[in-house]
Amino acid sequence: MSLLEVRNLKVAYGGIVAVRGIDLEVAAGELVALIGANGAGKTTTLKALAGVLRPSGGSVHYDGASITHDPSHRLVQRGIALVPEGRGVFARLTVEENLGMGAYIRDDRHEVRADLDRIYALFPRLKERRAQTAGTLSGGEQQMVAIGRALMSRPKLLLLDEPSMGLAPLMVQKIFEVIASISAQGVTILLVEQNARLALQAASRGYVMESGAITLTDAASTLLASEQVRQAYLGE
Amino acid sequence: MEVFLQQIINGLTLGSIYAIVALGYTMVYGIVQLINFAHGEVVMIGAMVALTVIGSLAGANTGMPPVVIVLAGIACAVPVCMAVGYTMERVAYRPLRGAPRLAPLITAIGISIILQHLAMLIWSRNPLSFPQIIPNPVFEIAGANVSGVQIAIISLSALMMLGLTALVYRTRLGTAMRATSENPQVAGLMGVNINRVIASTFVIGAGLGAVAGVMVGTYYGIAHYTMGALLGLKAFSAAVLGGIGNLAGAMLGGILLGLVEALGAGYIGELTDLCHVSWISTGLAERCAQDGHVVLMGSNYQDVFAFLVLIAVLVFRPSGLLGERVGDRA
Ligand SMILES: Nc1ncnc2c1ncn2[C@@H]1O[C@H](COP(=O)(O)OP(=O)(O)OP(=O)(O)O)[C@@H](O)[C@H]1O
Ligand SMILES: [Mg+2]
Repeated sequence: MSLLEVRNLKVAYGGIVAVRGIDLEVAAGELVALIGANGAGKTTTLKALAGVLRPSGGSVHYDGASITHDPSHRLVQRGIALVPEGRGVFARLTVEENLGMGAYIRDDRHEVRADLDRIYALFPRLKERRAQTAGTLSGGEQQMVAIGRALMSRPKLLLLDEPSMGLAPLMVQKIFEVIASISAQGVTILLVEQNARLALQAASRGYVMESGAITLTDAASTLLASEQVRQAYLGE
Repeated sequence: MEVFLQQIINGLTLGSIYAIVALGYTMVYGIVQLINFAHGEVVMIGAMVALTVIGSLAGANTGMPPVVIVLAGIACAVPVCMAVGYTMERVAYRPLRGAPRLAPLITAIGISIILQHLAMLIWSRNPLSFPQIIPNPVFEIAGANVSGVQIAIISLSALMMLGLTALVYRTRLGTAMRATSENPQVAGLMGVNINRVIASTFVIGAGLGAVAGVMVGTYYGIAHYTMGALLGLKAFSAAVLGGIGNLAGAMLGGILLGLVEALGAGYIGELTDLCHVSWISTGLAERCAQDGHVVLMGSNYQDVFAFLVLIAVLVFRPSGLLGERVGDRA
């Protein structure tokens, strides 16, 4: 059974339907990529899965229970963490306070402390800047904060929305290495990316989304080789 | 010089009260970008409740020491105001979250009218006098007088400001408040129940307002159902002066406004004394020779200063002294 099962999910902004009934599954431990053009509905999908947006139809099952209408602050407790598009760091909080917010739901102080050290080991740059407000960080450093903060909640399912957006190639590489290592530790990941090639290389399966619908799904290697994907998303 | 020192002391007292009330405005604004115009009425209710409790305990000859009676007044006013603050958020503002800006603003004015009239029904139209049960020793410092009540107001306010700062910058709830004020959606993703955090903000602001109400009541020895309007407006001006949404700004703005007002009241008579320019007319010179002073504006113009300051801030530095950004937030 899958950790995440999405059936006929519909999401609308007032009258504008952004997601028109999609099916999607992610098995425990899997790394799945969701790719698509601008405005396809990827962010909307992730926001609905994280409880930020209320679906207008369909169902979401997670870990055997329906979470279709749960608000985001409950879903974190169940182990779903979203790294939002554009990072969403708290600019006026320090780096350490940002990471602390990630552990807001936890009260095992010692473990939290240990996790914080693990994040600092993963991103030594953040340790140097721990007392600095997050708004003063570079884009790449903010992305580290956003990912580190999500990890601080010890998620079972990590939803990543364009983690490589706006980053220099070296930083993109670093972020993808981190994603691979998180995945290797057993965290289930649903990855939304503009950089379709990197995403499909990291993932085992992929979904292609167009105008609010899933148009294609297959093993990542098959998608990478498919003519349709190569033309539309890999720029070949 | 004595006048100056005396007005500094009076200004600090008034300013401390403004600062505490201003914190209520600024906290709520910081977290939901709403100017809660009913906050002045919460302060009034605090004063009224405390007065009722203090009056009946003092009248009942319980033999309680006066300080205990005043503390009992505060202890009743605080939870009542907190309940008012909570209810108003829950019933009036929460359903309007996400509505256009104007809707909660008009609602705030409506709530303030409702609270005023409820208070009038409960406590009558007449000003009620605060029983002066505390012995109020007066100390002399360099020719100026400081009363025990003034010392109590200034130190209690300082304590509350320290406490609030510690709460906001040192606790889990405080961090959640700051996170919510920056980005409620992402705070929700961290597991923060933002409804609860917003409600807590209203409740804490109202609790501070309750204490401020008791302080004003004790200072002036009087309470009235309309007292919240002017006090609220001045404290709001203080919050804007400091930079609305900014805690340190509200404290600074409150103190500065108190000082400006007290110094203004102390010197306006002298500054507008027409006898400085008695040469402009012989009639004036005669009157000056007779009375010594022909004052154009007396210290009853004190209230004008708050609004002069407000206007000056809005013209020259709309983001306030410590505020960062303006524009779409206001
Ligand atoms: N708050 C909103 N109100 C109205 N429409 C919205 C809103 N947010 C998104 N949309 C619309 O929903 C559709 C899907 O947007 P979404 O942000 O999910 O796309 P996306 O696939 O994440 O695109 P991108 O790759 O550019 O991030 C778009 O047509 C967009 O204009
Ligand atoms: Mg997007």
